[in-house]
Amino acid sequence: MGAKIRDLLAFLRNTWRGLTAMRTALILLALLALGALPGALLPQRQLNQFKVTQYLNEHGWWGSLLDRLQFFDVYSSVWFSAIYFLLFISLVGCLTPRTFEYLRQSTAKPVITPRNLARLPHHARGTVDLDVDQVVEASRKRLRGWRTVVREEEDGGRSISAERGYLRETGNLVFHFALLGLVVSFAIGKLFSYDGQVAVVANGTQFCNSGVLSYDEFHPGLKVDGTQLDPFCVRVNSFAATYLPTGQADKFHADVDYQSGEDLATGTWRPYDLQVNSPLRTAGDRVYLLGHGYAPVFTVTFPNGEQRTKVTPWPPADGTTLLSSGTTTFDPPDTTDQGELRKHQIAITGLFAPTAAYQGTVLSSQYPAPNDPAVAVDVYQGDLGNNSGLSHNLNSIDQSMVDQGRLVKKVRKNLKPGEEVKLEDGTKIRFDKAEQFTQLQVSHDPTQTWVLVFAVLVLVGLAGSLAIKRRRVWVRVTPAGEDEPGGRTVVEVGGLARTDQAGYGEEFTRLAAELLTGKDT
Amino acid sequence: MPVNETLARYSDWAYASAVVIYVLAMAFYLVEQGMTKPKRQRERELVIAVASGGETVVTEGPRALPPERGISRAERIGRMGMALNVLGVLLHGAAVLLRGLATERVPWGNMYEYDSAICLVAVVTWLVLARKFDLRRLSAFVLLPIVILLFLGGTALYSTAAPVQPALQSYWLVIHVSVIAVSSGMLLVAGVASVLYLLRNAHEQNPGRFARLAARLPAADVLDRLAYRVTVLGFPLFTFGVICGAIWAESAWGRFWGWDPKETCAFVAWVVYAIYLHARATAGWRGNRAAVINVVAWVVMVFNLFFINLVTSGLHSYAGVA
Repeated sequence: MGAKIRDLLAFLRNTWRGLTAMRTALILLALLALGALPGALLPQRQLNQFKVTQYLNEHGWWGSLLDRLQFFDVYSSVWFSAIYFLLFISLVGCLTPRTFEYLRQSTAKPVITPRNLARLPHHARGTVDLDVDQVVEASRKRLRGWRTVVREEEDGGRSISAERGYLRETGNLVFHFALLGLVVSFAIGKLFSYDGQVAVVANGTQFCNSGVLSYDEFHPGLKVDGTQLDPFCVRVNSFAATYLPTGQADKFHADVDYQSGEDLATGTWRPYDLQVNSPLRTAGDRVYLLGHGYAPVFTVTFPNGEQRTKVTPWPPADGTTLLSSGTTTFDPPDTTDQGELRKHQIAITGLFAPTAAYQGTVLSSQYPAPNDPAVAVDVYQGDLGNNSGLSHNLNSIDQSMVDQGRLVKKVRKNLKPGEEVKLEDGTKIRFDKAEQFTQLQVSHDPTQTWVLVFAVLVLVGLAGSLAIKRRRVWVRVTPAGEDEPGGRTVVEVGGLARTDQAGYGEEFTRLAAELLTGKDT
Repeated sequence: MPVNETLARYSDWAYASAVVIYVLAMAFYLVEQGMTKPKRQRERELVIAVASGGETVVTEGPRALPPERGISRAERIGRMGMALNVLGVLLHGAAVLLRGLATERVPWGNMYEYDSAICLVAVVTWLVLARKFDLRRLSAFVLLPIVILLFLGGTALYSTAAPVQPALQSYWLVIHVSVIAVSSGMLLVAGVASVLYLLRNAHEQNPGRFARLAARLPAADVLDRLAYRVTVLGFPLFTFGVICGAIWAESAWGRFWGWDPKETCAFVAWVVYAIYLHARATAGWRGNRAAVINVVAWVVMVFNLFFINLVTSGLHSYAGVA
């Protein structure tokens, strides 16, 4: 039993030693770099679900193998987490003893002068016509800023041990601890953060951060259930974009009002000029203007004379010309009978061009500004399939309904603002105009300030640990022997860089030359 | 926003002239290379000279050789190369400056401009180092990748002068991109030094290897120190640039870090440089292994600059390459 425990302890100790060795840390770092790389080369679910699906469809067994190995979720994969977890332990194991060593050294005296200074990497020797004590005093003055200790030696000589550059280790520890802090705050942030995207039509439409359902898309952290979002509301009054003649966007402005905190109760709205690069920060959340597009306005006049108008954002299909595609749907009015409803639902689906250009009758767009808006639409009538309980993309129609013949294409037409098209049952569909919509993102990350603080500390520590050199110099001053030519006192200087040798030579040469004069200037 | 077409045209001319001048400078450097004999050979000839009864007193260092005329022809050609190189840098700098004046913004808003700026930093860094450490004879090796990059920039990556898109209209464009460009330029120089170190080191281990090329290089430890010192300056700067990028990303894209391909690659490069610095402090990893790691880091940087911008599509796709 005792032997078993001993074996186990030995195993644990050896594992610990192995894990905290520098060589292991180097290999783990290499694995981290290698492990992160697929994330740059393969599509990632976190960034673009659509591209992942496309890749899977195109690559067959190879794709599904990669998928099973979590190559499309690299940064949350088991193996990537394992690498950085091990690295984390290795780092802690390396830092703990170093911290104690650092604390011990922070009060320690510089080490005793080696017997033979000539064996050190840097060495110089000379004689002066001064007393031993005068030289020691002058040298101590010259070594101001160094931590020094003067020791008496056997043969009537004295020596100075001097060391400086202790801040290098300080910087080193600050760097590594800050790195730990950064990773921890990043991880905590991932638990409690959320972001959501929503398209808001820029005609005074309001958006309130009241729950997950307010969003088109919502990405919660692991500990976010979407019930306790920070309450605030945003109203998008108008949106303006300017473009260069080439069609490249030049400026985006969204004129918004917002309310949060006490303003929610009093109903006060505060104005904000929302722009790219200048998010609205309120209630602990940030609201970004990430994109924009057009929302065509359609009015449907039903056979009984009733009218319905709808504004639905149609997302841009082409980022430069803003040719957009989307679907606007209508339910017939006053129908409670599900069967009747499902025979007369209407879907208007197709393309919108802000500045129309035609090749034959095919609509395309030649410029992103709304100079000559037009739509090219197919109008369907029948069962949209949106009551089937299955989710489907709101920007397109349910093709399976069309295939089953339950949703029937009635007409295909190009429309300009004010133009309308009539279906055989008397329903009229008019394209009124196009509004603009803003694509907003709401982000919440409670620890990002901490990440920034740690990042700055990382930088400070890094600069300190790379710029400062830890180095030692020893001066031995002895009375000259009978056979020594020159002055009556021998001065010997030895130097050693404790860390990378690069660059100590020049400083030592300069310092030694001054020390060998035996004077303090 | 208007673009000053005249200044833009002058900028393009200055750019093209700079590339031509660089090529000329490279030719001069190569001629100097070809005319300078490797040290070993020179020593052999000296021994012969001394043995044949000459009372030549040879002082140390290649500068004093050959003693007959004040400056050798090779030296003269090398200096002409350097003069051309300086002229090239001036033209190159003018091209970058005029781009900025023409568009009334910082001149690194697309791939062509960024490529040009980064090369300018690399050449200036090189000239400073070459003056300080007497490294002129290596210049051709540094100019070669630069000329290739500039040629690609002027042909495949070229885009006409225009204002930048809204996402780039931020003061962070000045800070983040310039810091990244400067640090990348420096790290590129460090990478070249490490490549040369590997060649020279192999040559020193076995004089038969890379004899023609490596014999003319500075000693291995000089190259090693050069690579290390430049990296030690470039790496914190690169770190600062990445942090600036994160701050900018927070206000432009809604998160400070999102594993965008460019971010991921910068992270990978950062980690590899961290390995390099640790390796230099670890017994058994100094020298060759450390240099190999530095070269890997360099490859990641170049990969990040080109492949990521041109091939993958991410948020950093501002290349402006049609």
